[in-house]
Amino acid sequence: MPNQAPALSGRFDVAVIGAGIVGCAIARRFALAGARVAVIEKAVDILDGSSKGNSAILHTGFDALVGSLEHSCIASGYAEYLSIHGRLGLPLIRSGALVVAWTEEEEAILPALIEQAHQNGVTDVETLSATDLRAAEPGLSARARGGFRVPREFLIDPWSAPFAYLLQACQNGAEILRGAEVTGGCRAGDWILETTRGTVRAGLVVNAAGLWGDLLDEKLIGRRDFHIKPRKGQFVVYDKPAAALASHIILPVPNKVTKGVVVCRTAFGNLLVGPTAEDQDDREHALLVSEMLAFLRRRGEEILPGLKDHAVTAIYAGLRPATEFKDYQIRLHDGLSYITVGGIRSTGLSAALGIAIHVEDLARLALTPPTAPAWPKVSNISEFGARDWQCEGNGGVACHCELVTRREILAALEGPLAARSLAGLKRRTRVTMGRCQGFYCSAELSRLTDGRFDRAMAEVAE
Amino acid sequence: MSLPGEVDVIVIGSGPAGLGAATELASVARVLVLDRETEAGGIPRHCGHFPFGLREFHRLMRGPDYARALVARAEASGVRIATGVNVVKLHPGPRVTVTSDQGPHEIRAKLVLIATGVRETSRAQRLIGGEKPAGVLSTGALQSLVYLEGKRPFRRPIILGTELVSFSAIMTCLHAGIRPVAMIEPGPRITARRPAIVYPWLKRVPVHLSTNIRRIEGREHVERVVLAGPEGESTLAADGVIVTGRFRPEATLLEGSHLERDPATGGPVIDNFGCCSDPSYFAAGNVLRPVETAGWSWAEGVAIGKTMRAGLQGKLPDIARHRVTTTGDAIGWVLPQTVRAPENAAFDRFQMRVNRPVRGRLSLRVAGSEYASRSIVSRPERRITLPLPPTIGPVEILLEEK
Repeated sequence: MPNQAPALSGRFDVAVIGAGIVGCAIARRFALAGARVAVIEKAVDILDGSSKGNSAILHTGFDALVGSLEHSCIASGYAEYLSIHGRLGLPLIRSGALVVAWTEEEEAILPALIEQAHQNGVTDVETLSATDLRAAEPGLSARARGGFRVPREFLIDPWSAPFAYLLQACQNGAEILRGAEVTGGCRAGDWILETTRGTVRAGLVVNAAGLWGDLLDEKLIGRRDFHIKPRKGQFVVYDKPAAALASHIILPVPNKVTKGVVVCRTAFGNLLVGPTAEDQDDREHALLVSEMLAFLRRRGEEILPGLKDHAVTAIYAGLRPATEFKDYQIRLHDGLSYITVGGIRSTGLSAALGIAIHVEDLARLALTPPTAPAWPKVSNISEFGARDWQCEGNGGVACHCELVTRREILAALEGPLAARSLAGLKRRTRVTMGRCQGFYCSAELSRLTDGRFDRAMAEVAE
Repeated sequence: MSLPGEVDVIVIGSGPAGLGAATELASVARVLVLDRETEAGGIPRHCGHFPFGLREFHRLMRGPDYARALVARAEASGVRIATGVNVVKLHPGPRVTVTSDQGPHEIRAKLVLIATGVRETSRAQRLIGGEKPAGVLSTGALQSLVYLEGKRPFRRPIILGTELVSFSAIMTCLHAGIRPVAMIEPGPRITARRPAIVYPWLKRVPVHLSTNIRRIEGREHVERVVLAGPEGESTLAADGVIVTGRFRPEATLLEGSHLERDPATGGPVIDNFGCCSDPSYFAAGNVLRPVETAGWSWAEGVAIGKTMRAGLQGKLPDIARHRVTTTGDAIGWVLPQTVRAPENAAFDRFQMRVNRPVRGRLSLRVAGSEYASRSIVSRPERRITLPLPPTIGPVEILLEEK
């Protein structure tokens, strides 16, 4: 039953519904602009929907639809990430990408793709012959026919980035309500949103509900302009030694439906292969399917033959909130103080900061920015920066595969965005994400997290 | 407690193999055993069941008592054990980089022993489908929760696998008041040998042979497991999955090191002295191969400790080694992978496993002439050995299937 008492006290300038990558970036933008922001998240943790399964690439937008909103958001989001990542302590791995054609048909499309990159303002792409490709990436299969390099496609940390955005929002006054599903709302001057944990009063509502965006629109404004068609992507992650096989992000020639199966390193020093693109109706369950995972392994080995000697460390699946439209579905509903941010289907990580700029422009709120905004620095968990285990007083290493220290774990259990489930702790620290998948550290983790999670890792045996 | 900058011997890992070797070396060398866990003793620390200790202490012990006895014996012999220390890199020299609460540190030695043990293959590595809820654990994680923390992560799990360790998982469950609902085996038969141990447990838990986990269901926690068996798909209500066995050496340190790794065992390439491709590095115990008992690993540690002792005194034979080659694609792995002159070697037998059920003739040739042979009927995970020849030369192991 919805609780009619206020869940958060007072009036908010903006209520952002959904703490995925997009919601986190929007909350940050408004908080830095001086708005009082509430973030409402259905799950017990942030980043629990689409945002938990992406390929962790910072795209230039070279292959976006020319003139699209998606492209402009990617371009501005990319630029802002480059300018703020250092201050927030976020990694940037300047890997570059290779687009590789494997068939004659794909090879024939390359000139058009290069032309598209130029039109999208990505003018530094370099055409590569089959020989050039192998010189650039010696582990690549000899079947590669040709392609081009996109030097400014980079790798980032898909967890720390949105976490840092929301943390910065919180340190600049935003409040977060987790485990609260929006069940309804009405507008009488301000919006009064009803949630499973109580009401929230706000001037402007931003729907960043991802996979549930169209249903939320229907619930709150009685209409929907798009239909979410979840598209599942499965991934396999290889153990760290495999990362030596490829330095670039290796992209296929995209087709109409999907960007295709990517092979790339991760910020954590692994190598991933994925995603698949499987349409489904279910918005909730991203099921892993053994046969598809085996297919990804084979596909990975076709691209990098050396992969056959490497072990898989992790598997995951995510759902992208695709719609019947190619472009993002972002609009201000006139007279309703309501902005829908929908259909952010696969480029959300790259575009989030740009989407936030666009949404702020649409909102046109008269705000006074804080004179000295807070700039938190998140602790680095990528392999491309100093880690806590390299510092004194770290409490010792608890997760041996990922070298996560006790100090890192305890820190992730504190603060406004404290982890409240093992899944949340994994995203913040990488515990159990390594090759042993918890064989060695589960017992200690259950002790360190005693009383911290909504549901304990284990109960006391009598 | 600060770590020294230099010792005679560094032993990485304080399980049965590491402690066996360290104790053997303590009277002639300054031995430092490093363990990343907060307590020494290795995997037996959380195997709260019998039988341990027969070879080492000539009595029947539970794992934790056995681990404590090994630690006490090592310390009494003069071995220094430092826990909470992670080795992060191996260098020629030999020299190792470690980290601990105090941050990174370098230690030099005359010899290093790698005794880092094994771990089970995870759900991810097996590409098991479904959702990713909490409650999917290895036997190792379950045992450490139950025996070290006094906790239970679920009440009615299913167990995947029928290796010896899978039956340990049943014992661990029953100890903590957990009732496994089923045991799932992808193969047509139970993998573990010793029926005397196995059968009493089988009465309590139904076994589904030729059955695989199709998918695990449940968003936050395991709720159901969908199985695919001879009669098609079926769904079992369960609140956990124990993914048991298919051990792999915990040989991560070899990656990015100068030491050669054998893709077949997953461990380092060694010779019959337990010596790695860099002769200042040795390896013993389950890091060499998947997987042997604690007693076997301890005996191996002791034997390799003896050869390291000879090594410290400059008494190891010449380094010229011969590769061991195999013929027959059913041979999964062979240990040691290289041999040199056999006098005072740590190994007197080759160890090997097959990767599928086989029936045939196994033979060993040295420089082209047959030295030993036997007929075998075997299956994966079953111990197979052949004597090491007394003469030196290229060794070939042949498996001719019937």
